[in-house]
Amino acid sequence: MSAEGDGSLLTVTVPPDRWAELGRFAKETLGCLYFNFLTAVDWKDQGLEVVARVENLDVGLAVTMKSRLGAGQSACASLVPLYPGADWMERECFDMFGIRFEGHPDLRRILLPQDWEGHPLLKSYAVDTAHPPYR
Amino acid sequence: MDPEARKVIELGYGGSERLTMNMGPQHPSAHGVFRAILSLEGETVVGVDAVIGYLHRCHEKLGESLTYTQYPSIASKTDYVAAMTSELAYVRAAEMVGKIEVPKRAQYLRVIVAELQRIASHCLWLGTWCLDMGGALGGGATVFLYCIREREWVLDLFEALVGARLLYGFHQVGGTRYDVPAGWAQKVRETLGLIEKRLDEYEDMLEGNAFFLARTQDVGGISRELAQTVGISGPLIRGSGVSYDIRRLEPYSSYEDFDFKVPVETAGDCYARYRVRMVEFRESISIVRQALDGLPEGPVSSRPGVKSVGQVRIAKGEGYARVEGPRGEVGCYLISDGSAKPYRMKWRGASFSNLAVLPHILIGCKVADVVAIMGSVDPVFGEVDR
Amino acid sequence: MEIKAPTPQVPPPVWTEFKDLQEWEKYHQERPEGDKHSALFESVTEGIHHFPGGFLVTTVADSFLNWARKSSVWPVTFGLACCAIEMMATFASRFDVERLGMVPWASPRHSDLMIVSGTVTIKMAPMLKRIFDQMPDPKWAVSMGSCANSGGPFRHGYHVVKGVDRVIPVDVYVPGCPPPPESLLNGLLLLQDQITHFRTTGKRAAPAAKTD
Repeated sequence: MSAEGDGSLLTVTVPPDRWAELGRFAKETLGCLYFNFLTAVDWKDQGLEVVARVENLDVGLAVTMKSRLGAGQSACASLVPLYPGADWMERECFDMFGIRFEGHPDLRRILLPQDWEGHPLLKSYAVDTAHPPYR
Repeated sequence: MDPEARKVIELGYGGSERLTMNMGPQHPSAHGVFRAILSLEGETVVGVDAVIGYLHRCHEKLGESLTYTQYPSIASKTDYVAAMTSELAYVRAAEMVGKIEVPKRAQYLRVIVAELQRIASHCLWLGTWCLDMGGALGGGATVFLYCIREREWVLDLFEALVGARLLYGFHQVGGTRYDVPAGWAQKVRETLGLIEKRLDEYEDMLEGNAFFLARTQDVGGISRELAQTVGISGPLIRGSGVSYDIRRLEPYSSYEDFDFKVPVETAGDCYARYRVRMVEFRESISIVRQALDGLPEGPVSSRPGVKSVGQVRIAKGEGYARVEGPRGEVGCYLISDGSAKPYRMKWRGASFSNLAVLPHILIGCKVADVVAIMGSVDPVFGEVDR
Repeated sequence: MEIKAPTPQVPPPVWTEFKDLQEWEKYHQERPEGDKHSALFESVTEGIHHFPGGFLVTTVADSFLNWARKSSVWPVTFGLACCAIEMMATFASRFDVERLGMVPWASPRHSDLMIVSGTVTIKMAPMLKRIFDQMPDPKWAVSMGSCANSGGPFRHGYHVVKGVDRVIPVDVYVPGCPPPPESLLNGLLLLQDQITHFRTTGKRAAPAAKTD
């Protein structure tokens, strides 16, 4: 676990098994009620990284939370019990990267059709992948 | 009489009979391609399944394959009603990661176009929202036609500046692409004077209308806590009593030079959001006037003009830049690997988060209020689906 | 008191044979100054036959019906993306296509025209097809903007259909990103012109071949 700060901007990196714990700490101890966004980054061989940003609007503190899932891993804890706003963001992340958020109440694709194959924002997915009959 | 039996007689259903109603994706009040599968008990909404993604245009994947010179004009197609601010978010992210300075004149120009865009966007919001609520406002289309008339004036200004009406490509990394043409500032002042007068007319027309008040007051309330944990922004969160405005919280592009107030309402209903936007109209007009008065001389870009698509290279690093669009916080999370294209780009669309609050607030309201609430959220589906 | 001289009345000729009528017509093709048919008659008729005391308009049912179709093209309000905002501007105060008889209508069941205004995605394509199928014949489609024409700037995206003509047959393509309202108006006028020459053949044009 590591943390670095720049003024009111804090970046915390944790292993995936402490992800939910970090979320609870940010909400309850740091008072970061505002849920900004949640996304992921595909670092090719090094696996996926989940990034989330929450804020405490009263004191102007922003916490960027990061967690490397490890190569070949795609399981992560869900933040939905803490932040309702994580609901759609995690569904989008599942849609685009195939990350399974454990504890999410309704994890299914949100942007792409339910029968879509593949997860487009992975680096292994070509941008112009054909999809018959329409393209 | 048994209350349950009375209900069956009076309402015609036993209270457990549910009707599933599909709304969209072709729905005149859906403000785009939104589909909501509503579960109804009589007139009351008891369940919402929001289906989005009908306009997923692969922005994030395309952003990884287009260069910093090419993408800004595509970025304007995320929030197409406020193209100026969505371009600005991307360009600011690139400038933040690459630590590129922007000349003062370009910063002021960015403020002017962003605030004019806010006026144009709010005009469209007011018009379509009143159109959605339809017949109750005396003919329905009246306010829409008036608002579009004012919006066209603002678009004329953009056409004189950029040459395009809707999607501009005005910003580029390091500044803006064009300087103001001769006589433009005077034209802007005249237009703002006209719009300011019309705003009073709108308020007279709407706020004295009992139907309008009945359809907006105490409808679609968002609590302060829900607003924060869902992460809504812009007029929605300010209508719920949270003073959250990026221009004030984290001033960018010289917003600290201007004197403006951030309207906050505490009711959290549709009417509060309407009031916030009406005050924002006037604040935007005031900011544009201040920026025109203080517009400094100098270059409009710190980088040379565009000669090749790969000429902008950004140093390795990552950053999250955000701007206050008409719908709220438009953010761009950018990771650069030192080449001419970003390694990863994430759009934090204001409408995506704003729309995510709908399943929480639609439960329990009447089916006729769905369009009123939907319109007060003001989603733009280019930004929801990206 | 002034007494006007009575206008001499030319007695109508009596025809015994059809040939005489044709001959009379031949000499009376020239119509007097100021005696003009309305533009409506001119556009609808196949021929105007003159005879003393009046004239006779002949037409075919198709051109009369086409005149009616062309004058009341109701587009379904179907906005997809950025172009929808320009489409709304075209319907609204400044450009006002209602003067061409086009009333934006919210139901596909009562519409004749679908303006495909924006990017068609793979998730949207079946819906678009269904809405087009719900419209009663005869129906037309205008593809508005680069995205609907060919995929435009999003052509290479994995979720974007490369042109709406892979889903439904298109009559008029309007280029631009987005096309300004003037451009769309021009496209709609072209469509009206096309409707004038519409003939019912029982066949619709097949969608364009899916080539890249």
